[in-house]
Order: sequence, then C-alpha cells, then structure tokens
Amino acid sequence: MYHKDKFTNRRYTLLGIFTIVALILLIRLAYLQLYDDSYLLSAENNVVRKEIIFPNRGLIYDRNDSLLVYNDAIYDLMVIPRNIHTLDTLRFCRLLHITRDDFQKKIKKAKKYSTYKASVFLAQLTKDEYAYIQEELFKYPGFFVRQRALRKYTAPIASHILGYIGEVNEREIKKSSYYKPGDFIGKSGLERRYEKLLRGKRGIHYSLVDVHNREQGSYQEGKYDTLAVQGHTLQLTLDKSLQAYGELLMQNKIGSITAIEPSTGEILALISSPSYDPNLLVGRIRSKNYKALSRDSLRPLINRAVSGYYPPGSTFKLLQAAIGLQEKTITPATSFTCQGPNSVPIKCTHFHKSPLRLDEAIQQSCNSYFWKVFKSILDNRHSYANTREAYSRWLQYVYGFGLGHRFNTDIPFEKKGNIPGPAYFDKIYGKGHWNALTVRSISIGQGEILVTPLQLANMAAVIANKGFYYPPHFLRKIDHKPDTNFRGKIYSGIAPENFEPVLKGMREVFESEHGTARWYKIPGLSVGGKTGTVQNPHGEDHSIFVAIAPLENPKIAISVIVENAGFGSTWAAPIATLMIEKYLQDSITRRPLQKRIIEGNLLNRMKKK
Amino acid sequence: MNKRSSIVSNLDWISVLLYLILVSIGWINIYAAVYNDAHQSIFDLSQNYGKQLMWIGVSILIAIIILIIDSNFFRLFAYPIYAFMLLVLISVIFLGKEVNGAKAWIQIGSFSLQASEFGKFATALALSKFLSSGKRNLSTLKDLFQSFLIIFLPAVIILLQKDTGSAMVYSVFILTLYREGLSGNWLIIAFFAALFFILALLINTLYIIATIILIIALIYWRWKAVRRYKMILLAIIIASSAYITSVDFAVNHILEPHQRIRVQVLLGLKQDIYGAGYNVNQSKIAIGSGGLSGKGFLNGTQTKFDFVPEQSTDFIFCTIGEEWGFLGASFLILVFLSLFYRLLFLAERQRTEFSKIYGYSVAGILFFHFAINISMTIGLFPIVGIPLPFISYGGSSLMSFTILLFIFLKQDAQRFDTI
Repeated sequence: MYHKDKFTNRRYTLLGIFTIVALILLIRLAYLQLYDDSYLLSAENNVVRKEIIFPNRGLIYDRNDSLLVYNDAIYDLMVIPRNIHTLDTLRFCRLLHITRDDFQKKIKKAKKYSTYKASVFLAQLTKDEYAYIQEELFKYPGFFVRQRALRKYTAPIASHILGYIGEVNEREIKKSSYYKPGDFIGKSGLERRYEKLLRGKRGIHYSLVDVHNREQGSYQEGKYDTLAVQGHTLQLTLDKSLQAYGELLMQNKIGSITAIEPSTGEILALISSPSYDPNLLVGRIRSKNYKALSRDSLRPLINRAVSGYYPPGSTFKLLQAAIGLQEKTITPATSFTCQGPNSVPIKCTHFHKSPLRLDEAIQQSCNSYFWKVFKSILDNRHSYANTREAYSRWLQYVYGFGLGHRFNTDIPFEKKGNIPGPAYFDKIYGKGHWNALTVRSISIGQGEILVTPLQLANMAAVIANKGFYYPPHFLRKIDHKPDTNFRGKIYSGIAPENFEPVLKGMREVFESEHGTARWYKIPGLSVGGKTGTVQNPHGEDHSIFVAIAPLENPKIAISVIVENAGFGSTWAAPIATLMIEKYLQDSITRRPLQKRIIEGNLLNRMKKK
Repeated sequence: MNKRSSIVSNLDWISVLLYLILVSIGWINIYAAVYNDAHQSIFDLSQNYGKQLMWIGVSILIAIIILIIDSNFFRLFAYPIYAFMLLVLISVIFLGKEVNGAKAWIQIGSFSLQASEFGKFATALALSKFLSSGKRNLSTLKDLFQSFLIIFLPAVIILLQKDTGSAMVYSVFILTLYREGLSGNWLIIAFFAALFFILALLINTLYIIATIILIIALIYWRWKAVRRYKMILLAIIIASSAYITSVDFAVNHILEPHQRIRVQVLLGLKQDIYGAGYNVNQSKIAIGSGGLSGKGFLNGTQTKFDFVPEQSTDFIFCTIGEEWGFLGASFLILVFLSLFYRLLFLAERQRTEFSKIYGYSVAGILFFHFAINISMTIGLFPIVGIPLPFISYGGSSLMSFTILLFIFLKQDAQRFDTI
C-alpha cells in the first residue's frame, strides 16, 4: 500500500518537467546532429590543421654562376602559453640570456595573442644559440623551436645592390593579401625589386592536430599537401670578383665605381664606398646595426653610384665633342686656341700647346676648346633661330646619352640627375635673356649639370658603342634562362663616325706623352679614358674618370668617382684601370700601383676640409 | 541469512541495472575520450579510464556497504552528517586545494576529493529529516524559512569556494519542496526569475520593466476580476523591476569576468569562438559532427585530439555525441529519463515521509545535473562545470552520486521493515 498525501498529484508536474526538459535536449540534439551540417564542416577544419611551409627564397648568383646569396637556417623559439607548466623562470631566463622583465613582457604578449596557439617568444636564434638551448628545452613544456630561413651572403660585398629582407610590417600586409605576420619580405635593393621572383610559393601541409597544435599524423597521407616551392634562382650581371676587387680598391675612400658591359648594358660592378657587410643586416642584429649605419657620418647606407649627384666635369667634354661633330659645328680637324689661365670666359688650367685639334683637346682636357665647341653649337644660327632652340636640340643629345633621367630598369634607389632645360634658364635669366655665355659652365660639365656615376658609366658605354646603349640593369637570367627585359637599344642620335675622333682622343689620354692618364697604361690593352676634376665647394676636388676597354671591341665601360681626391688622374684613373685590368686580364701586373690604391686612405681629407 | 536475502530480493534491481548501464557508458566513453596508442591497458592508473575503473570498484563497494548498513542509520544520523559536511565545506575554504579557480578540493594522499559533491546527499538527508519530523507546513513562513536555511547554507559556503556550478545544484531542492506542499507560485516565480534573468542580459532593463508595467496595466484594464489585487500587481511590478535591475548589476559587477563572458557568449552577445566561447563551440562541433549514428567507438576526431577541453569530465557528453551519434546520445537521455521515472515511482511507494522526500531529492539532484550538464555541452546553458552523473570522470562525483542513490535504494529495499 502506498503512502498517500494531499500533494501526491504533484508528482505528475515533476514528471512533466523531467519529460519536457529531456524532450528539449533531444530536439536540440536532433538539430545539431541531424539538421545543421555546418558543424560537420567545422569539424573538418578543426582536426585538419593547415600548416604553412615557408619556402626558401631564391638563390642569387653572379654572372659567372658564383653564389652570392643563399639561405641559412635560423630558429624561432615559440611558445604556447597554456602548455607551460613547472617553469623555473630564473633558469629559463639564464638559458636564453634574457632578463626576468623581458620574460614577463614576452609571456604577456604571447598570452595576449592566444593562450593555446603558438606565437614567437624569441625570434631568430642562430644555429649556435639554438644548439645551446636545444639540449635544455625539453625541460620547459610549452616551448618549442620553429625553423626558418634567413639570408646569408657568401662575401661581404654588393650590399647596396642586394638589399636585405625583413619581417613584413603592417603596411605591407595591408597592401598585399599574400603576406601574413611573420613573413619575410625584401625590404630594399634587388631583394625588394625581385621580391615576387625570389619569395617562392608557400606550401601547405595538412595534418591532424589537437588543440595544442600537436601533430597527430598527416591528413589522408598528405593527399592534399602542396610542397613549398623555392623562389626563382636569379643570375645577376655582376661579376663577383670584380665587385669584390672594386670594393677593396675603394676602401677608406668615399666614392663609387660603376662598370657596364657596353654590348648588353649589364652592370658588371657597382661599388659605393663606404660600404658595409650585408650580413650585418640579417636577423636579430639587423635593427641594431641598421641604426648604427644610419648614424654613420659617412653615410654608408647611401648608394652613391646610383643616387650620388656629381657634376660630370671634364668627362662631359667627350659628349660636347660628339654633339659638335654631329651638329657639324666642328670637324675632327677643327682647331681652337687656348690662352691657358688667361682664357676667357673660362680659364684653362691645363698647360698645353695652342692651338689644338679635337683629339688633342680631349687628351689634354682643354677648357677653352670645349667652351668654343659649346658656343658653336648654341650659336648655330644656320640651323636654329635662337639659343633656346639650339640648346633644346643639344639637350636631346644629352638625354640620348642617358643623362637627366632614370633608366627605370631594376636599379634600386636610382636617381635621375639634373640636366637643366631651357625653361630653367628662362626662369632664372628671363626668356631670350640667356645665351652660350650665360650658361658657359655647362660646356665643361660644371654648373647646374648633375649626373650619377651610373649615368657617367652609361655615357662611356654610349661612346664605346658609338651611339647607342642598352639600359643598365642587374638581372641576367631567371632559373638559368636569359631574362628578356631591358634588351631595347636606345640611340643617342649621334652617328657612329662622329665617335671616332672622340675615341681617338680618349686613347691618347693614355698613350700620348701629354695624356692626362699616361701613367696608367695597361700593358697589352688598348684603353680609352677621360679624366675629370670636379670642384667641390666643401673640400678638395672630386676625382673623376671614365674609361672604355679594349677600344677595338669594348667589353667594359667604367666610371670612377673618388670624393675629395683631387685631380682625376691621381686616384680615379688608376682605380679605373685596375678595374679594367682585373676584369679583362684577371690578374694585376701593376702591383705597386694596386698597393698604393688599396692602402690609400682619403677619409681624413674630408674631415680636415 | 533471512534478512540478507530479503535485501537481495527487495532491492530495486531495475534502478541498479540503470545505474550499471550509466556507469558502463561512462567508462567506455572516458576510455574513448582519453584513448591513445601509447597507453592501452585499461588498468593503467596514469590514465583517467584506469583511475575511473578504480573509482567504479570503490563506488560499488560503498554501495554494498550502504546496502548492509541499517536503513535507520541515515535517518537517525541525518543532522550529524549534515553538520559534519558543513564543517568540511567550511574548512575547505581555508585548507582546500585550488583546481580551475575553485577552492573546493581536499587532498587525501595522491587523490583529491571535491567536498561539495558530498554536500548534496547530506543536505538531502537533512531536508528529508526536517520535513518528515512533526507536522511541517511549507505554507508557514517558519517552516519555509528553515527549509531554505538547510538548503542554502551549504550552497552559500560552496559559493564562497567560487564553485558556482555546484552551488546552483542546491536550487533543485525547490522541486522537493514543491512536492511537499510548497506553493506552485514558487515554481512560476522561479520560471519568471530565470526568464527575466536572461532578458535582463539581452535587452536594456528599462525596456523590460516598461513592458512588464504595460502588460500588467493591460491586464488590469481588460480583466476586471484582478482589480481587487491592486497591491499584489504593484508588488509584482516593484519586485520584478528590482530583480531585473539587480541581475543587471550582478552580472556586470559581481560575477567574475570569466563567468560574465560565458553568460554573454551563451546569449549570443559575444562571438568569441576562440576565447570564452571556445569550449562551447568545440563541444557543439564535436556533437554536431556525430550525425545520426556517430563516427564509431574510438573514431571520434574532435574529442580524440583534445579539441574539447575537460572532455572526460564535464564534457564527456561530447564523446558520446560524436562517436555514437544522435542514436547513442538519445539512448543515454532515455536511460536517464527511465531512471528519473523509476525514482519518482519508487519515491511514491515509500511508506515513510523521510524516504519519500529523500527519493524526490535524489531524483531532483540527478535531474539537475543531467539537464544542466547536457545543456551546456549543446549550447543551451552557460558552462558552469558540473558533472554528468555516473558518466563523467571523477571519483568524487561518482562516489557521491552512488552514495546518494544507494541510500535511497536501501530505504526502498527496507520499506516494509518500518512501521
């Protein structure tokens, strides 16, 4: 017999509550498990984790397939905060050589990102640091190491050209959907210019992982995995040993060397001094070193060869001669007189015979002669109504030598120089109120005209080619196949025969008994050159030299600028000839000269002023 | 011999069978949840399933002991047991070990016991004893107050241990009180309290209060019969307004940040699948991916790879849902429902007030755990961290639920012995 009370019927209410709740649970379950299949998809995403495999960046070789840039393993120490336990903070800090404060800061940052996803705790450990930590790391659950690749350079050269890579910043991530935080990107130089070729293709590895990102095996035996594809291999036009030699010659000097192969426009060497070891701007030491370099008063980060502005000085006379011949205001036989220091309107500081022919004027760098050439061009009322028109035509030729604009190939930080147009003089002197006399300093490459050393070398290449050039560039081959960019010939508008007298003069610079570079003949090689000395308001004159060799079939056109080095013949000319000798003969016969150049230290000249 | 055989023959074997089914389901799924290739021995004490096997053994031993002990023992010692548990609960606040933010554990050797688990059967005993002694009337304020005191004293102590989930369990005694004559209005109030609680978090409190006033004004205007109860209507407005405001205040100022976020995630106020919503989302994914018939024993990918946290304890239902699918999960729910029906049936056949009330308490406690635990794994309730009875891994909960159930089964087996 059951115990009855007046509330017995209430058991049905309770039964009802139990039943309704169970029904609600069943309905919800049916919804989740039978109706809504979005959770099924989620489950796939969850178990199968996509893991990015970082590709190796493309390798960079020089023109002779000698390796310049490769990849080296570095290690990021990663942390998953929630997996940390039994951590002896003090010992851990000692192991990593960080302070306790550092540790707290880094952990806090990692936790802020995620407690169960991995984030970088300490970035870019070297192999040695890694080896040291690795043995102890198992004692610290929650920490592990991820391998990545950094750039390494086989020689401490060409840093200005190669540039460097670094982690993408927020702006770069925003700009391109390709990049994710922590990716590397070319930050400057060719690394940046050819980022898309070099970066390669990320691979994807699907794996079964747990919530702690611990891999539990690969997903469907790697059926959906894609391999990381290494970036393209680039072959540069640079000649590694010539580049290295040039940097050696330029040590303790400020200036630049640019060497171009005239028949292709390929840049053989591009040296800006002072320089720095590209390995300094790699990995964790980068920001520290970058700061130091950017504060250096000699400004080693600047690539003077492509962004330094210099008046071309006497080397500009080569161009004046060619234009004069083309415009027929002079002939190869035209002679002008020179009163030396008493010449008007431009003094001539070179002591030589008078009158003299075109080739002799080049050989001896006569200022009076080229003033007269320039004047004859601008005052050519036979062809042009006024100075302005004549000047405009002259300007076209100058542009035709590659001056006054960028080549817009693949040269990092290239600047365009300054070639004043007629409008500039109109503004200064008033329209119709200027003539050859007003702008006379242009005749000898001074005044408003500013060129980069690269443009100067290209000007030499135009002369070597007798009238045209290929825009200078760095990229030679992609994956061992010749690159087809930058293969368009650009004509200067000057007929080939008009370069003959110029080349004759340039040869005499070395071979005549009065030539300004007669001391630097290279045995067994015909070289043509032109000295230049550029007045420098800030100190001693800059020494400039352009050269072409061998004259019969030019293989190298070169410009050398040494700041504060005085006459072109004392520093720039010997450096240019040593470079030529090195490139064409691969061995230096003139050892004492080489020794003098390498040991020469001109840095104190600038400071002395 | 005679007495012993009477226990065997009088014991409600249906309940025992349901109990054993649940415990077995629990163990199988704990094994699946922690299963990995490295540890395959089911007796491996370093793994949860190995330990659980031990706890099952201990629990069965405890059940047998309870069945042997005289049924009057628990009735006679209800208050001392209750007092003792209160003392233990208080001491845990000061001496306990902290696990997952709750200071609710007693360390005994290498094992930890969760004291609050054992507070439940003690409270059930004390409440049953109180309500069954003398002529209690729950419509009198004095008896009601004393009943609430018995119920909420341990709950408050557990709240102080920062174990909100376990404290909430005590609210289920309202069902026991209802069975014993508590006005049905209390259930309605409780229902509205829960409704307003959720509304208060979802909507601006001013709108809710305005709506309540509007509805009551409408009732007052349309339904002349209620006009006599002006004061009551006014009281309803004031009480509900005060309640809603205080809920709003409590959630924003009193709840711990992690609890507040859990509530907000549940209500869809926050989309945070990698933060606080992570557990729920992972759990829903695991269960949802089970489909109709599940992925099969040990083939669950979600639970196997540690995506679901606490998978062998509070989230064991995920493993069941994933590996056994809708069929398995509904089977489990039906087993539970059968147990609840059976317990209510047994309770009604008791011949003493004490055992009847205790029976209702057992059913209520088990039901509450069942409902809340499964609700939180399928995203119907915030994560409060209470175990699924007999299923979840854990010695404390398995032992305490076993004690809870078998004290009642013992009462039931001896129902003819008394009076």
